[in-house]
Amino acid sequence: MAGNGERRVTARRSDREDEGPKRVGVLALQGDVREHVEILRRLGVEPVEVRDVEDLEGLAGLIVPGGESTTIGKIMVESGLLDGIRSFFYKGGPVWGTCAGMVLAASATTGQRQPLLGLMNALVDRNGFGRQVYSFEKDLEIEGFEKPFTGIFIRAPFFEDVGPGVEVIGKVGDRIVAAKGENILVTAFHPELTDDHRFHEYFLREVCGL
Amino acid sequence: MVDNGQSTGTFRVKSGMAQMLKGGVIMDVVDAEQAKIAEEAGAVAVMALERVPADIRAQGGVARMSDPEMIQGIQEAVSIPVMAKARIGHFVEAQVLEALEVDYIDESEVLTPADEAHHIDKAVFEVPFVCGATNLGEALRRIGEGAAMIRSKGEAGTGNVVEAVRHMRAIVGGIRRLGVLDHEELMTEAKNLQAPYELVRWVAENGRLPVVLFTAGGIATPADAALMMQLGADGVFVGSGIFKSGDPVSRAVAIVKATTNFKDPKAVAEASRGLGEAMVGREMGDLSEGEKLAARGW
Repeated sequence: MAGNGERRVTARRSDREDEGPKRVGVLALQGDVREHVEILRRLGVEPVEVRDVEDLEGLAGLIVPGGESTTIGKIMVESGLLDGIRSFFYKGGPVWGTCAGMVLAASATTGQRQPLLGLMNALVDRNGFGRQVYSFEKDLEIEGFEKPFTGIFIRAPFFEDVGPGVEVIGKVGDRIVAAKGENILVTAFHPELTDDHRFHEYFLREVCGL
Repeated sequence: MVDNGQSTGTFRVKSGMAQMLKGGVIMDVVDAEQAKIAEEAGAVAVMALERVPADIRAQGGVARMSDPEMIQGIQEAVSIPVMAKARIGHFVEAQVLEALEVDYIDESEVLTPADEAHHIDKAVFEVPFVCGATNLGEALRRIGEGAAMIRSKGEAGTGNVVEAVRHMRAIVGGIRRLGVLDHEELMTEAKNLQAPYELVRWVAENGRLPVVLFTAGGIATPADAALMMQLGADGVFVGSGIFKSGDPVSRAVAIVKATTNFKDPKAVAEASRGLGEAMVGREMGDLSEGEKLAARGW
């Protein structure tokens, strides 16, 4: 019953929004949730594990983490979070998708059909970089970053093409691996698996306005 | 390997792959059709093998790596990661699986061991490995050899969760114990555990394994899966439990639901409704010593 107890506490806190640290959600259905939660805590915001639509209330931002996008997509449909997150986003809620989160944020995929959030005008090639033996680390030049950022790519996707309103901020060759819209950020790699928190700071500052 | 500024096969890339599987269910499948059922049910990965553990037990004989044709058929059928098993110590089976580009290799006690003293040197491979463990020392030895993911062994193919519980409690309890030891006690504990000192110290300082810890062996019901998650597993392998049951499609979906909502008894109750017959289970006392798979591994 620990889960219910936690939920009551967070519900009370959302009633007094301007007090205490800002609350940022991490979609906690499957995948590398813990890493994002730990980094958010280190950066002085209050992490909220999002499992239900109600958990989205009063959040200053939402991270959709890495994991298996088919699994996360399926559970999102069943729990109503697919529509819940869309509505959070279209009311201006800031969202950051890493890896599977980038797949889910896209409006279309080159592969088989799967549930997508469709938050960004982009065509995604899921597992575009290939199977696990081709997973890699690489130092990337990111628009707005002074020094390179080490991207950890795990069976990673990339955007083949993006539409108007999407700003490309990182590439591997001609493949788009980081992009930004008005209230959305996507990365094909995993900043949460490194000790470099610049992307989390970037999301909180540039996208969430914290 | 470094090519064009891209490094493949680093430990971060290997262990990171397992991080992405957390909170998920990995299902044993023997053909493309079962793999599709697993993917459709929400599995985060499938384990491709010719016979599920219950059949290996029933049929006996030497159990080996699966036919590459069957593994490739499964790789073509699904978009989720495909894992496959190599025999303990059989590094050529592992080389073959790497050449097939499977996403993870399980150096598994479910297959007949090829080496009675040594495990595969897993650090030299680009593809990551998962290994079974019955206690903390065994888990740390496997990580020392390069395993990027650990799973409890349990007794595969029995439909009886008791051994998985024993192993998970031993690993998690061992981790907790390290946390209360003084610095000078750690070397002695490393000796007792027969584990590398550096890893023992890391676990003592961080309160967890340096890699993801899944559970496996005997999980047959949604409640079994939720039990193992509450005991501290990051995710669940289900072997014979799904496709040896009366209604594999419903059971696969139900075990995924119970794993996602493992802290919510109402959700586990809902997932457990009307699933038909679970696989037939076996009592540990009925197994002869030779039938116990968890003792394989050194």
